[in-house]
Amino acid sequence: MSFDINEYYSRLNGGDVLMAFKGSISSELISNVLEVVESRMDEYSESSKIRKKVYNVLVESLQNLYHHIEVLPEEMQKEFDDKFGVLVVSRHDDRYKISTGNFIAQDKVDVLRNKIDKINSMSRDELKDMYKFILNHQRLSEKGGGGLGLVDIARKTGNSLDYTFEKYDDTYYFFNLDVFIDL
Amino acid sequence: MEALSIEGTAKTPSVKFDGQEGVIEIKGRSIPENSIEFYKPLVEWLEQYSGTPLDLTQVNVQLEYFNTSSSKCILDVFKKLETIHKGKSEVIINWYYEEDDEDMLEAGEDYESIIRVPFKMIEIVE
Repeated sequence: MSFDINEYYSRLNGGDVLMAFKGSISSELISNVLEVVESRMDEYSESSKIRKKVYNVLVESLQNLYHHIEVLPEEMQKEFDDKFGVLVVSRHDDRYKISTGNFIAQDKVDVLRNKIDKINSMSRDELKDMYKFILNHQRLSEKGGGGLGLVDIARKTGNSLDYTFEKYDDTYYFFNLDVFIDL
Repeated sequence: MEALSIEGTAKTPSVKFDGQEGVIEIKGRSIPENSIEFYKPLVEWLEQYSGTPLDLTQVNVQLEYFNTSSSKCILDVFKKLETIHKGKSEVIINWYYEEDDEDMLEAGEDYESIIRVPFKMIEIVE
């Protein structure tokens, strides 16, 4: 059974959902999502500390999507919007969960998997050193991504990055990333 | 030289660079998808200012949020200030953070450990 986007999407919708979206990830969409989630957090009377963490991590998660989304082949574009990505922000008893999903070419899976595994294996101090090293030694890509997003998310949440790669077809996998912010 | 003044938006900070007073301010949110474009005029202004800086340049950075794309551009701004500080002029960077925002304090300390300019960490108590 290959990957089913609708089944995947409904699976993500647990807890109190503040925002759920699947479709084209544009700069305008990011602005709208941030605005909605910010006002939803006000309704929960979240402390400023939690609001800031969720907001920061959401910005990085969305912009990671924005910068890394693959241009899909034509036959997939019939089913999926251009720059297709998935986002669900939900609140659970003891934590916020930010899930993002996007297609990734098969030949990039190992690099990303190794990067996340490495980040997950690092201590707080090691993450800090890694962040500072990348900050000081790597240039921004033309698209504006800096390779710091995942490291920053891991640092700010203090939690491991949970991920899956599900096979879609011979060329593409679907990458899901779950990020948790403790209340 | 002419002051640089940019109004803030939902994704970019307000900017006031005043060469007459030697005061440089960046305030608000810095979360654009591509920050290079936004920060280019700031770095260029500093490049020009570094030719004839005042004896003391005060830098006030008061960010509510900034993304990782901005973090590198902010480092570029600080590197220009470091060049000025290495000359005869003094530079002080005042890094503001809200009292419960440990992440923002830590971000300031990251820069402090990379850039050879004195930093002052200033807690904003509401």
